[in-house]
This record gives sequence, C-alpha cells and structure tokens, in this order.
Amino acid sequence: MDLRQAIGLLFTFFGLLLSVYGVAHAGAGMVRQGVNVDLLWGVVLAAFGVGMLLLAWRARPRR
Amino acid sequence: MPLHLQLHWIDILIIVLYFAFVVAIGFRLRGQMRTSEDFFLSGRRVPAWITGLAFLSANLGALEMIGMAASGAEYGMLTSHFYWVGAVPAMIFVALFMMPFYYGSRARSVPEYLRLRFDEKTRALNAVTFAVMTLLMSGINMYAMALLFQAVLGWSMSLSYWLSAGIVLAYTITGGLTSSIYNEVLQFFLIVFGFAPLTWLGLREVHGWSGLRARLAGLHLHGYLHMWRNMTHPGQNPMGIEWFGLVMGLGFVLSFGYWCTDFLVIQRAMAAENMNAARRTPLIAAFPKMLFPFIVIVPGILAIALVPLAQWPQAGGHVNYNQALSLMIARFYPSGMIGLGLVALLASFMSGMAGNVTAFNAVWTYDIYQSYLRPGRSDRHYLQVGRWATLGGILISIGGAYLVGNFNSLMDYMQLVFSFVNAPLFATFLLGMFWKRTTGHGAFWGLLAGIAAAAGHFSLTRSLGGPGGWLGVLHTYPSSMAQNFWGAIWAWSLCLLVTIGISLFTAPRSETELAGLVRSLTPRPPAEAAPWYRRPVGLAAAVAAVLIFLNLWFR
Repeated sequence: MDLRQAIGLLFTFFGLLLSVYGVAHAGAGMVRQGVNVDLLWGVVLAAFGVGMLLLAWRARPRR
Repeated sequence: MPLHLQLHWIDILIIVLYFAFVVAIGFRLRGQMRTSEDFFLSGRRVPAWITGLAFLSANLGALEMIGMAASGAEYGMLTSHFYWVGAVPAMIFVALFMMPFYYGSRARSVPEYLRLRFDEKTRALNAVTFAVMTLLMSGINMYAMALLFQAVLGWSMSLSYWLSAGIVLAYTITGGLTSSIYNEVLQFFLIVFGFAPLTWLGLREVHGWSGLRARLAGLHLHGYLHMWRNMTHPGQNPMGIEWFGLVMGLGFVLSFGYWCTDFLVIQRAMAAENMNAARRTPLIAAFPKMLFPFIVIVPGILAIALVPLAQWPQAGGHVNYNQALSLMIARFYPSGMIGLGLVALLASFMSGMAGNVTAFNAVWTYDIYQSYLRPGRSDRHYLQVGRWATLGGILISIGGAYLVGNFNSLMDYMQLVFSFVNAPLFATFLLGMFWKRTTGHGAFWGLLAGIAAAAGHFSLTRSLGGPGGWLGVLHTYPSSMAQNFWGAIWAWSLCLLVTIGISLFTAPRSETELAGLVRSLTPRPPAEAAPWYRRPVGLAAAVAAVLIFLNLWFR
C-alpha cells in the first residue's frame, strides 16, 4: 500500500466535501474575516490531496 | 462562560470518514504482518520521509497540542523554547551521533541496546520503567483529551475512552507498528491542515504580526513575542527561569533525555529501511518541528489577544488556558471546518495512544516476555503475544485514564515520578556510547543514583505555590518549571559522576564485545556522494541554520 495514495484519497475527499458544503451554504455564517473558509480551505485540501495522488501515481510499481 | 461547539451533520460525517479510513489502513496492512519484526519494527523497510514524520507525530499527543496552545496563551513565544531549544538540538544530536549505534547494533529496542552495551539489570530497569510509564502516559493523554471533549462537545468521558480505544485497537492489532506509523503521518497532515487556518484567520483579524504586537502591548503583555529578551533573571519572565537553567535543564538534560533515549520515538527510526534513512529520520522530523510553534503556540497567543480574559472558560476559579484551541476553533471555524479541527485533535489523541501502545508491546514482548518469562519460543508465538499485548496495553491505558480521572492529584504525582526516572537517562547513554570504559554496574547504579537525586532535590526544595520540600526547604524556586529543570540538572550530574566513579572500580567488557556499540570501536559510516539533502550531515547543517535564524529573529 502506498501511503501517499491513502493520504491523497482522504484529503481529496475532505476537500471536495468542504468546498461543496461551503458553496451550498455560502452566506449563512460561512464567512470569517471576509473569507468563505470551507470553500477556500476545501480547495486547498483537495489540491494537496491531488498532489499526493500524483506523487503516488508517478511512483507506481511498473511491470 | 462555558464553551460549546455545535456539531452539524457535515462535522460528524468528516469524523466518521476519518475513523473508517484509519481502520481500513490497519486492515490493508494486515497481510504484511508475517513475523514479529514486521509487527514490532515494520520489517525495517519504511522510507525516511515516513519514519521522519512519524518520529515527529508520535510525540504530538493530545497533551502536547492542548498544552502548547495553553502555554502560548499564558507565556507567549517563551513557549517556543520547548521546540527551538528543548527539541531540535537533541534531534540533530541523535541523528548524527547516536543513530549509528541504535540502528547499527541491530538492537530491536532501546532496552535491548542497553543489554548489548551493559548488562541484564540495566536493561530490566529501563524496560520495566519504560513499559509502566508509557502506558500511564497514554492514560493521562486519554484523560486530557476526554476532558476537552466533555467540555466542548458534551461527550461523556467513557464515550471518548472506549470509542477512541476501540478504533486504535482495530488498527494496531491488525497492522502493528506500520499501521501506527502510517496513521501518525496522516495525523501530521491533519494537524497541519486542521490548525493552520487558526493562525491565518487570527492574524488576519489582528492585521498581521505588527497588529498582534500592538494588541498585546495594549493588554500590557510586553515581551510576549520574544523568547530571549527577558531571560537574564528568573524574575523577568512568567516562567520563572533564567537562561542557564533553561538551556541546561530543558535544552540539554530533559530534551536530550527524551529525544535521544525514548523508545517511543527511536522505534520509528529503527523501522527505517537503511542506516542512512534511520539517521535522516530525526532530521526530517526537525523541519516541521521547527515550524510547529506557528500552528500550535501562535493560536494560543492570538486567543489571548482576541478574547478578553473575562470571556475565557474558568476551571477552579482560574482562567482555563487549556481551552485556547477550542476558543479559537469556535471563533473562526464554521461547520465543516469544525469537523476538520476536531479530526486533527482526535488524530493527535489516537495516534498518541497508538504510538505508546506499539512502543509498549515491543518492549513488553522482546525485553520482558521473551527475555525473562518465556525465552526460546517460535517467532510466531511472539507475534501472537505482541497482538495480545496490544489489547492488554490499551486496557491498562483506559484503566490509567479512569484512575487519574478519579484521583486528580495522582496525575501530577505520576508526571513527577516520570520526570525523576527520565532525568538521568541521557548521562547513561552518553557515557555508554562515547566512553568504552563505562561498565554495567556503573550504568545501573548511576541511573538509580540519578533517580534518587531527582527525588531528593524535589524533597529539599519547593516552588512558589507548588508541592515539594517534604524533608525541608533549602531553596525556593520562583516556579515549578524552574524546580523541574534544576532537579533534572542535579539528577543528570549525579548520574554522570556515579557512573564514572563506579566504572573506574569495576571491570569493563572486552573491546571485541563492544564493537558497533561504542563510538571509538565502531567504523564511521562512509561519506556518501549524494546531494546534501540525502546526507545526514548536509540535512543537519540545514536544520541548524534555520534553527539559529529562528532564535535570532524571535530573540
């Protein structure tokens, strides 16, 4: 099992979940310091997750 | 004012997903656990970046997360001494100078190294004290976390205990050390991503670092953003310690005693795939360790700058600084992010427990069961014993948590006794690794003398408002922290002197037996032709440069 793949999956999933929730509830108490925290941080998490998945994919064992 | 976080379905979903995920990792790794070495040392085939992040995270228990934010609120950047003085120098030292013996000797645990280097009684002393302290610390961590969850979520203590213990059991009993290490790495990223927005949003609200400085000045909290400015006399700073006691007590004795000898962290490096990876493990850990003050201490400082003291939760008539992190989460996190922040706390809680339990079961199985109770059985037998020890270790941790929950002062006394036992340890290892004349008798009696010195120091001094001085008061320290640091200095010094004295009068082991265990009798690892970041010395130089910069910048 490649740990990068596992971490990538979890963070991509968390990121998507948060950003969708942030968009769906935009306005309703979602904004702190002028930022839609769930949306913005969700995107950051997803980007990190995808980055980890890419690293795992590049290092995948080839036959 | 009590503080309550309201959980929405999205927060609960994030927590449940995290639980499901960690258990799945354990089950995915189950098939790889064929021998006891797979289970206790991950088969020694883990890459350096993974062992490095696990080395860091194993130490990031719940107590540390909650305590460092609390200390940030109470003392400001002075708290970063616990990172920039009290951890990173020791991490450089263990990587460059001690890992060659731990990894090179093929010892399977730190107590086993002590048997190879010294004798059975020194190993037994270290193994038994480590096993007992590790489980009780795990229990104390559980209690601290459950207390926080009870306060902010209204969960009962028992729910927190059994839920987290059940999940930790599920993934450690299946995947052993590998599972624990993988979850520690996951925990590292969850903590970074779960807490970094607190610093970011908090600094946004106060308009940056200079805005924070101005606000703290308005609250008459001068010097809150400096670590060296008020260190000439103990009376100048709220920690009540001057630079010498701090550098020697915390920076040298306590920090080297922990980072260089504690099997909880050393076990991660022992699992590395080769000597180079083992030596780079603490150095890879040192980079994020140096930056952690910005995500655990700074939120505490921001909490004190942003939330008026009157609005802080109280405990026993005092401001409860332990709520600093939860105050910040309540202020800045909407639903969804609350789930992520709680997952970060839960992750530190659970992997702290998993780390303690996996270190315990290796020491129990190799150094106690295999050595004294049932030697000479098959490897399969010891693998089974390790799995049962996991269950036993978790149950004892829970027992410890209930115990400190019922007898609150017990927690303080336990931590006190642990500090007595840990304080002299580094003197023993230093002499063992660097002076071939050191003997087993010297090491054993030196350790006992050091423990006695720590206990004696505590019985003959006291701190303002703290316990101690049971046999008379020769000196009064301005804070219990100062008393603790100075006690460690006494314990270390006496252990060093007694070990040297007794070694000179007892017969040393032959030099052939000590090859690979003592520096002067071990060939140096060859200089490698690799880029600097793949060489331990190159990495260590980079760590040292960043460390010096941080100390100067925040002086």
